[in-house]
Amino acid sequence: MFNKILIANRGEIAVRVIRACRELGIASVAVYSDVDRASLHVRKADEAYHIGPPAAAESYLNFAKILDVAKRSGADAIHPGYGFLSENAKFAQACVNAGVKFIGPTAASMEMMGSKTRARQEMEKAGVPLVPGTSRGLESAEQAEQVAAKIGYPVMLKAAAGGGGKGMRLVHRAEELKSALEAAQSEAERAFADREVYIEKTIINPRHIEMQVLADQHGNTVYLGERECSIQRRHQKVLEESPSPIVDADMRRRMGEVAVRVAKAAGYSNAGTVEFLVDQDKNFYFLEMNTRLQVEHPVTELTTGLDLVHLQIRIAAGEMLPFGQEDVRIRGHAIECRIYAEDPDNNYFPSPGKITLLLLPSGPGIRRDSGMYEGWTVPIDYDPLLAKLIGYGTNRTQAISRLTRALHEYFVGGIKTNISLFRRILTDADFQAGKLDTGYLDRLLKSKPPEVRGGHPEVAAIAAGIFAILDPALAPASNGNSFPKSADGKVSGTASSWKRAARVESLG
Amino acid sequence: MVYDVTIDGKDYRLELERAEAGWLCRLDGREIQMDAVLARRDVLSVLIAGKAYEIKREHTATDMHLWVGSVRYLAELRDPRSLRGRRGADADEKGPKKLLAPMPGKVMRVLIGEEQAVEVGQSILVVEAMKMQNEIKSPKKGTVRKIVAAEGANVNAGDVLAIVD
Repeated sequence: MFNKILIANRGEIAVRVIRACRELGIASVAVYSDVDRASLHVRKADEAYHIGPPAAAESYLNFAKILDVAKRSGADAIHPGYGFLSENAKFAQACVNAGVKFIGPTAASMEMMGSKTRARQEMEKAGVPLVPGTSRGLESAEQAEQVAAKIGYPVMLKAAAGGGGKGMRLVHRAEELKSALEAAQSEAERAFADREVYIEKTIINPRHIEMQVLADQHGNTVYLGERECSIQRRHQKVLEESPSPIVDADMRRRMGEVAVRVAKAAGYSNAGTVEFLVDQDKNFYFLEMNTRLQVEHPVTELTTGLDLVHLQIRIAAGEMLPFGQEDVRIRGHAIECRIYAEDPDNNYFPSPGKITLLLLPSGPGIRRDSGMYEGWTVPIDYDPLLAKLIGYGTNRTQAISRLTRALHEYFVGGIKTNISLFRRILTDADFQAGKLDTGYLDRLLKSKPPEVRGGHPEVAAIAAGIFAILDPALAPASNGNSFPKSADGKVSGTASSWKRAARVESLG
Repeated sequence: MVYDVTIDGKDYRLELERAEAGWLCRLDGREIQMDAVLARRDVLSVLIAGKAYEIKREHTATDMHLWVGSVRYLAELRDPRSLRGRRGADADEKGPKKLLAPMPGKVMRVLIGEEQAVEVGQSILVVEAMKMQNEIKSPKKGTVRKIVAAEGANVNAGDVLAIVD
């Protein structure tokens, strides 16, 4: 087993991995950029080293700096978390060359899955169901027209090196195909320095369902059940659950067996996720494999009772999987909400800043994986994911009611978050009925929000006055008093007068 | 104490006084049985006729919000005896208006030059935060008198970006 693990990441996932290290008796090493000195992962780790300026390219994505810290601190393994270097085959190889174990699959597996056309070719050979289309880059507009005519419109043009919606074009008619192909190719060229574009049939209103797999380095591979990830905004997942409301035991077994076939074809080891598109007749098609731990791994941990990060570390250390497929049992239901620093009233724009008040939910069936704390300033430089709130219950209904209850307990003050969005989703009739597809959230956001019941403006009015008397330190500048007075009439400390003066200035 | 309170645009007259057992409270002249405890900074527990409410207070760069349970209200509190009177009672339409940064970020682009005319809601600057671009719009029809934040400048929440008159 390892003695010391470097976590090449930040935020909630770095904290998640540090906790696993502590539980396993392994020392943890954090790295941080200029703006992350006060971040939670630095506070929680056993050791922490500065690696440069806020720009990720000069800190969290910098191979040399991270490998240098690994060497200096004596770390014998690196956990990449998700994002940043987690799916970078060159980094995985650089770790091998530096004699540090990369906790994840081999560089070769990552490379195969990194190119979508190459992955399609390999999966075709392995007999994995694919969305109808080509598995090689398109050579001409004529070829694209022939394929499209065969598989039927609408079709999707996709960059082989793609991701995040870049180099993607939805085409409804043959007349649009030529110009769309040229646009997709030049966009792919600019974004990925690779103009290879292939074509796929568009699945109408698909679900996005993924299967967790786990493979040791001795050829044992298991699947750990699916996650329903259809609730997305701008190709970003927002809420995930396990099991999926539409997957029964038979479909789970069939999807799981395909996922294991995918992992074996890629020579995969460690934790990975096989993503599928599912059409309205419950046919499923391989989409891609994510060669890392997923953001939404906690829902699988709750329904299987396994600790995926412990298992990742043990697999990387060379241990055999301590159980077989027949030992995996799915029990209960788990739902995860991704709490982002973004403003629901302003088109979900990011909302970094200082967290002035943080009230945390707890109680039965609630798990919180968080990278924030009260008094911390959320930096502007990174992904706005603050924390994940996960609800667990014996069934879906109980998981929903526990999570809804916890969302009412949760309060993040000083910055805007999307917590209110989850209250809306969880009380929505279609969500409760499990009627989901990847267009669900856009439709919900276009619909009129339900009237707020039980509003109490008079209570707010009374509270405004009580606050001014009992807790005047930050009384509003428009109050008009030169000095805030506490209840007993004493003028409060000078520090708050300075603050007040500054606030008056800024309010103009 | 007597306060003028505005909650989401609606005005209330609030009279509050400490009594031996709790508080004497009148809202728009109506007496209300009420008890309040400050649980911690910015968190209040209020009991009104046996009903329990938890109220959270939040200050942003420009406003105070009060949350009753999970419902947010924009709150303004004034002491009617104060000389300053009601803040900005007519400043919304007349006089110069400052554009404040709603979040920390970097000014990516300035779209309107000084002394150019703008419409209500027209974008004046683009501020980037967390890899997202946010357009800062004019609060009124008028003329851009001054661009305070140049392209490339880092700004904090509440910083003045521009002045529209």
